[in-house]
Amino acid sequence: MTVYLLCFILFLVGFYGVITRRNLVKIAISLSIMEVSIFLFFALIGYIDGGVAPIVDPSDPARIYVDPLPQAMVLTAIVIGLATTAMLMAVIIRIYRKYGTFDIREIRNLRG
Amino acid sequence: MNPLIPLFIAIPLAGAFLIMILGKFFMDMNRYFASMILLILLIFSIFSLATTGTDISVYKVGGWEPVNKIPIGIYMVMDGLTVIVLCIINVVGFMSVFYSISYIKRYTSENYFYALFCLMIAGMNGVVLSGDLFNIFVFLEISVIAAYALVAFGVEKNELEATFKYQVLGGLASFLILFGIGFIYWKAKTLNIADIREVFSNGYDKRYYVLVQVLILAGFGLKAAIIPFHAWLPDAHSSAPSPISAMLSGVLIKAVGIYVIIRLFFNMFDITEGTAILITSMGALSMVIGVFLAIGQWDIKRLLAYHSISQMGYVVLSTGIGMILISRGIRLEVAALAIAGGLFHLVNHAMFKGLLFLNAGAIEYKTGTRDLKEMGGLSGIMPWTSSTSFVASMSISGIPPFNGFFSKLIIIIAAILGRFYFLALLAVIVSIITLASFLKFQRYAFYNTKEKKKTEKNDVPFPMVFSMVMMSILCVLLSLLIFPGIRDAVLKPAVDILMDPSKYASQIIGI
Repeated sequence: MTVYLLCFILFLVGFYGVITRRNLVKIAISLSIMEVSIFLFFALIGYIDGGVAPIVDPSDPARIYVDPLPQAMVLTAIVIGLATTAMLMAVIIRIYRKYGTFDIREIRNLRG
Repeated sequence: MNPLIPLFIAIPLAGAFLIMILGKFFMDMNRYFASMILLILLIFSIFSLATTGTDISVYKVGGWEPVNKIPIGIYMVMDGLTVIVLCIINVVGFMSVFYSISYIKRYTSENYFYALFCLMIAGMNGVVLSGDLFNIFVFLEISVIAAYALVAFGVEKNELEATFKYQVLGGLASFLILFGIGFIYWKAKTLNIADIREVFSNGYDKRYYVLVQVLILAGFGLKAAIIPFHAWLPDAHSSAPSPISAMLSGVLIKAVGIYVIIRLFFNMFDITEGTAILITSMGALSMVIGVFLAIGQWDIKRLLAYHSISQMGYVVLSTGIGMILISRGIRLEVAALAIAGGLFHLVNHAMFKGLLFLNAGAIEYKTGTRDLKEMGGLSGIMPWTSSTSFVASMSISGIPPFNGFFSKLIIIIAAILGRFYFLALLAVIVSIITLASFLKFQRYAFYNTKEKKKTEKNDVPFPMVFSMVMMSILCVLLSLLIFPGIRDAVLKPAVDILMDPSKYASQIIGI
């Protein structure tokens, strides 16, 4: 249970960063931290104590295997996360060129 | 069994890559190529709507057959609700991409625009067709990443700020959804929506179930911009190029937000009274607050964006009323009426809000401004834009004989029959305020003129006029759905799927 709690604390650390940081790059980093905590959570729910890699051995039917599906999902999610992070960074670079700052308080054209 | 299911995703995906490759060699071809792709999808979706009826067809990706009646592959499911949403995606998509042929000429690198557009369509079709939770997440990310890029397509200050907000909040939403999926997988050990229902029907931990529901509702609520989660919508929808605003407001918030909420909360989770009341109150809040935020706006596209929040409130409210009645087990025919009204309004909103954003784009194209105070007297100069936007404004504010009137009427009647008098009153009041807001739009944009300007006709190019006229015709034609014969053919299969929660699961498990 402790591991799950630590994983959730990591999520909260990322969330805290997203709502309190004012630097655009730090917001992007905080989002990545949140993302990683969820990947960790997925890896944890597939873990079975004493399990081995899920390559089925017919000679030993009683053997315990870990669940391979969360691992496949994490791999997919990592690729998606890479795409979103790259997209976010590209936008941040463009914002820096237009506004000349990373400070979110000075980027306020849109209101209402 | 519908053989077209994989094509809805494969054609736009392949098209996106072909556009990028062909765009290197034939610069002018890509815009017609994208329209062709969307036209094919449009024909396919109409064909599916005509043939599906009440039966559910399933496509198993990779041909993985179920073992002991437990699905192990990824399922693509097409049923009555799916085809309706597929139709609005591809109809509005075709109209927007045809409109872009003229509109997008003022931006550079057009082929990126069309490639991203096709990717967004592929993602949305995937979300709607998917019968697997994680697959929904993957397609959702495909469509929203394309949407992030398309919102920023102008790469000016406002666009970049809007897309940054959209990306941060969209990212948070994706994490909440992923967390929810993780929790579901932890207990259910399956990702198939039908199978999850079967597993949870054997009993579950109540508090755990509520946690999952809250995570999923918050995640998809952020994508759908229901009121506590609406902060990104006005910025993103007003900064995007107009055809994209039409897609985002008309389709994206429905396909990846409302549709998934309806699908999961009716067909996957057990309907409980608590969540039903939560969803209904969120819908009522969006309806009221959205319209009050809209009324002070002078930027046309911001005004329309706030009205999107408000009109989506109607859809959520009426499906929520249906959920409350189903959970109490009373007056089921009223519940069916409420759900039908919600779905009807969903379809109507896609048409008139798409049309309104296309009108706003046409006005911006000609006058170069989005501020209502700087316009006036456009009705003489732009007769097509003026008349189509009149149709759309009357539709959204619920004036007969346009489609918005009938769907709002059904919603209000269902609310009264279900004894939710206060909600019915709210719906009427919001409709009146919407009318006031759109009369302001009509007056300031098209009529209010002091000096007699030159009144020679100078309307937008043919593709833009064609899309706007087609959508306004659809706005009028869709009011035919009120007649029982047509309503039974189109809306009833969808309502049946939602009304009997176990039907979806049992039919898919049985295949």
